[in-house]
Formats: sequence, C-alpha cells, structure tokens
Amino acid sequence: MSKVVLMQGNQACAEGALAAGVKFFGGYPITPSTEIAEIMAKRLPQVGGKFIQMEDEIAGIGAVIGASLTGKKVMTATSGPGFSLKQELLGYAIVTEIPLVLATVQRVGPSTGQPTSPSQGDIMQARWGTHGDHPIIALTPASVPECFTLTIKAYELSEKYRMPVILLMDEIIGHMRERIELPDSYDEIVKPERKKPTVPKEGYKPYHDVDADGVPPMATFGTGYHWHVTGLIHNETGFPDGSPNATKLLMDRLNAKITDHLDDIMMYEEYRLEDADIAIVAYGGTARTAYAAIDMAREQGIKVGMFRPITIWPFAEAQIVALASKVSKILVAEMNCGQLVDEVKKAVNGKIPVELLAKYNNEAITPKEMLQAIINLEVTEPCKN
Amino acid sequence: MQKLVEKYYRSHNLPHIWCPGCGHGVVTMALVKAIDKLNLDHDKTIIVSGIGCSSRASGYLNFDTVHSAHGRALPVATGIKLSDPELNVIVISGDGDATAIGGNHFIHAARRNINVTMLLYNNNIYGMTGGQYSPLTPVNCKASTAPFGTIERSFDICDLAKSAGATFVARSTAFHTQMLTDVIAKAIAHKGFSLVEALTQCPTSYGRQNKIPRPADMLKAQRDHAVTVEAAKKLSPEQLADKFIIGVLHQEEAPEYTEQYDLVIAKAQKGGK
Repeated sequence: MSKVVLMQGNQACAEGALAAGVKFFGGYPITPSTEIAEIMAKRLPQVGGKFIQMEDEIAGIGAVIGASLTGKKVMTATSGPGFSLKQELLGYAIVTEIPLVLATVQRVGPSTGQPTSPSQGDIMQARWGTHGDHPIIALTPASVPECFTLTIKAYELSEKYRMPVILLMDEIIGHMRERIELPDSYDEIVKPERKKPTVPKEGYKPYHDVDADGVPPMATFGTGYHWHVTGLIHNETGFPDGSPNATKLLMDRLNAKITDHLDDIMMYEEYRLEDADIAIVAYGGTARTAYAAIDMAREQGIKVGMFRPITIWPFAEAQIVALASKVSKILVAEMNCGQLVDEVKKAVNGKIPVELLAKYNNEAITPKEMLQAIINLEVTEPCKN
Repeated sequence: MQKLVEKYYRSHNLPHIWCPGCGHGVVTMALVKAIDKLNLDHDKTIIVSGIGCSSRASGYLNFDTVHSAHGRALPVATGIKLSDPELNVIVISGDGDATAIGGNHFIHAARRNINVTMLLYNNNIYGMTGGQYSPLTPVNCKASTAPFGTIERSFDICDLAKSAGATFVARSTAFHTQMLTDVIAKAIAHKGFSLVEALTQCPTSYGRQNKIPRPADMLKAQRDHAVTVEAAKKLSPEQLADKFIIGVLHQEEAPEYTEQYDLVIAKAQKGGK
C-alpha cells in the first residue's frame, strides 16, 4: 500500500533516510538544507532515534562518525559553507571506512554567496574537497521522488562499501515541491546492513579484506572487538603503519572499492536518446530544464536527448565514451562556470564537439535558453578533426 | 603494574612514542588504574582521543578506541555516547587539542553535561609539532612560535570548564599520581560531563626552551607549586599567587544530556505531550 503526497525535496530526503533505518542525525542549521535537520529533530525521537544539533558543522559530522561506530545508520546534512567545513572529517570517514550519508544542498558560492539561490557549484568539491587522494560516491537526485529513493540508495552503498556517500542535491531540487508516492509503512523497505565480522574477537583485523571484495567487515563498538580507528595511514590491523607498502595497499584497496564495483554503483538515465544526434548531459535541477527543452526541440524536428548522470561520482566515463560514438555533438548544461563539462571532455577525448551551457547568475537555466543552445549547436558544423 | 599492562595495554604496540622523561605514560597509567579500580566493563569502555602526543595514548590501550582528528575527540565521543548511552566514554586530549582547535567543542560538551569524562594532558605546549605555544602556555614562556616569550594570557581550563557547565572538575599532576588516579576514578563515576586536568611535563619541547630541561626538575616544580583544595583554604591570595590548586575543584548534580534525551523520546512517542 502507498500514499500520494505533495512534498519538498529536502523532506523526501529525510523520509528516505528514515525509510532506510537512520537512527542518528548530527548537524548544524544552514540554508537551504535546514528542513532536513528540522524534520529529523521531530521524527527521529518518534522512532527511538537520536537527533543532536551540534555547535558547528565539523562537530555535526564528528558526532555521526561516533554514532556510526556504534552500529547505527547516520546522517548529517549541510550546504555551501557547511560542506566546506565538513570536508575535514569527510576525509577521516573515508580513510577509516566509516559509513555515513552526507546530504548537501548546493547554493551559490563561494563563501556565503547566495544562500537561497540555486547553483551546482560544488560538483568538484564533492569529488576533491577533502585533502589527499581518495575515492568518493556522490548521487544527484533530479526530482522529489528521487530524493527519497536515492537517499535509500545512499545508505545501501554506504553500508555495502563501508564508506561515506554524498547525496549531492541542489536548491532547486531541495526546495521544489512535487508529487511523491510513499509506502504506507517503511517496514517493507529492506534496511541495508553493513558486513559484520565472523572471526573470533581476538583475531579480528578491522581492515583485513577477508572476502577479497575490498570491504573489510566492521565490528560494532561495545561488542568486545577492541579495535582501533585512526586517520593515520594504517595496515589491516588498524594501527598506524606509514610504510610505503602499507600506504599503497590501503590507497589501492580504497580506490578499488569503487573501480571494482562500477556496475553496481553507476546509475544514469537516458531520455529520448535512441535516435538522437545531439546529447545533452545534465543533472539535478538542470535536468528538469532539459526534459522540457528536449521536448520543445523534438517538436521542431531536432533529434536531441539527454544523458543524466544520477551517480555523479564516480563519473560515468564508460557511458560517455559510448555516447560519443552514438551522437555527433554533446551539450553539457550546468549551473556553474563549467565543472562536469571537463570530465565529459576528458572522456570524449576530442572525438566529437562538447559545448557548455553555463549559467551562474542565481537563476535556473530556462527551457527557452536551453532550446536556443540546442538550435545554435545544430546549425554549427561538426568539427573536422 | 605488569598485570595492569597485560590487562589493559596493547603490548604489541609498545614501546610508546613519548620522549624520555615525558609525563604522559604516568598519566595514562593513572587512567588505567582508575578504570581498574572502578572495574569498568572492558567491552563497554570506549577511549576517544584527538591529535597530538597525548592523543596517541588511545592506540596503546586495549579497548575500542578512536584516534580522531585534531580537536574533534569530543564531537566523536558525543556521537558515541548519545547513540549508545550504555558505553563508558573517556576522552584523552592535550592542551592544544582540547583548548585551541577543539575549544568550541570543549565548552559545548561541558554545557550539555553529557556523561563523558575528559582527561586533559596539560604539558603547556604543542609537543608533537615541536614546541609551539598553546592556550595553556603561561604568559612570558618561550615557545618555538614565541621566541621572545608569549604575550597571550593562558586559560585556567578548570575555571573555563566550570563556567561552561561541567559538573565535575578536578586537577592533579604527573607527580601526584595517586591523587590523579583517585580524581580520574571520581570523574568517571560522576554522572555528567567531567574534566580532569593532568599537569604533565614535556622536557623536550617545553623544558628545554624554558631552562628546566631535566624531567626531575619539572616534576619537582609540580610538587612545589601544587596546593591541595584543603590546604588552599588556609592560604591568603598572596600565598597562592604562584601556586595552582589540585584535587576536586567542583562537583554538582545537574540533568545529564542522554537521560534528558530519553525524556525527549518519551515525549515524542506520546505525540509531543
């Protein structure tokens, strides 16, 4: 059974977390993500969970790291400047392999920027915001229903691969209200569970890849395994080991958690691409514009479709390579000065032209603007190289 | 003592990284003795530390342990404790870690009165990075970033903790080890946020820069400048001018955070009434 309701993206994100079994939220108020914290403050104690408003953004992710160690599914939510502050402990959670979901609702930056205006300027911060080499998973919803389903997916991936997952929203999606069909009870939703150790407590090595899938089983604090968590480079015992061998082994395994499971992690949508000559690459709030612009262009006889990355990190490189042999031009549309476009160009590697429709004036790209960009692209000659 | 080492230390990680003459080993043993004295459930006791010399202690102690990020031990400890209040959560931190980069977390953990014990190893200096001044370096002392002496006034971290809402505050030293064990045990047994400031000597990074390079002289200074709470009552402000007070400085009963949150849950589940 299900019910149909009108709901905001931020609210659907919070509901998705509850459906996935979140039991702890630590955060700090920040526009335009605050609704997620407000809903958690009300709903978590109702289900026996815990909510805490911490003294700052860093403490918010710090608290969820602690709670995750006790075996709970956890969330923190933020935006813009808060996402910058969370980078410190995001890196900690990556190297210590502590599952958590970090929802961030992009707003205009840099700095305080425009707190209530939409932007997609944190694409690269989501990928490389924390220092050092590291893998990351980031998912980008383009509708209110997808805020719900992708939040659940974020928990699945986070628990399965023992790593933080970013739900990379934008202000358009976070504050947009639309129809969503929700199950009557979240009991019917399968709760993702992390892999637990099966070895005797004395022999437990918290970073030993026992199943050769890159994901070591994780013991719950307070259950007698007496393991050590450190942000220092460590070996499979969890204790510091700065040797070249241990360093490389750790980095290789962390990265392989992504590269060996790309099929499982990679999600995307293809919209009217079957016979398309032009492909728009758009994501999040901008994808909403693209649906409309594509339909308008199709009415004028232009064969255009969309490739929408849902998993934004890791980047859909193989899919873009395939796309480049199918269409003759690509238009990347994003609400920033051009971030994902460089990843697309890297994958296309000069095979076909890749153009950018960038908008970064606090406003969403309109369907008319995108239609015009499609028409402009159609009349230009393909490059001859 | 050997039995305590076998029971509570990760012997395979020893010897520790601390310099000869450092007081951190003594402070860590005082913590272990307090844990043993209270007979805390080994499996239900969690040690969380930050970054710095003292924070390396978590790696030597055989519990579930977190060597967190610089200044962030208290947020992580808060998450552990709130998420599972059955766990005994003990935080190990240094003066730079707790009162500079972690200063904001420190006052707010005290304000919430969450049932976490913080053992602050105060050696008045950043030891790990080579002797820079911290918020607990006394004014006019030399540091590698204060080659002409510090001009910054230092915190009295016990006063700060009390003002911020900590419900148990004590101070002892690496010299007064029995008292240190005793006040740590009392702090852990106390319900609410407790702070124990343990003065500990850093001959390498503090002593050498401040003309007291011998560890024994630093310990003697701890002995000579410490006055117990009881003795201090009989002394005039002039007599106390170059002294610091050791013992239990403050204790009160106040609502504890995780218990208060249980009441929130009860209220939420009754429909907010």
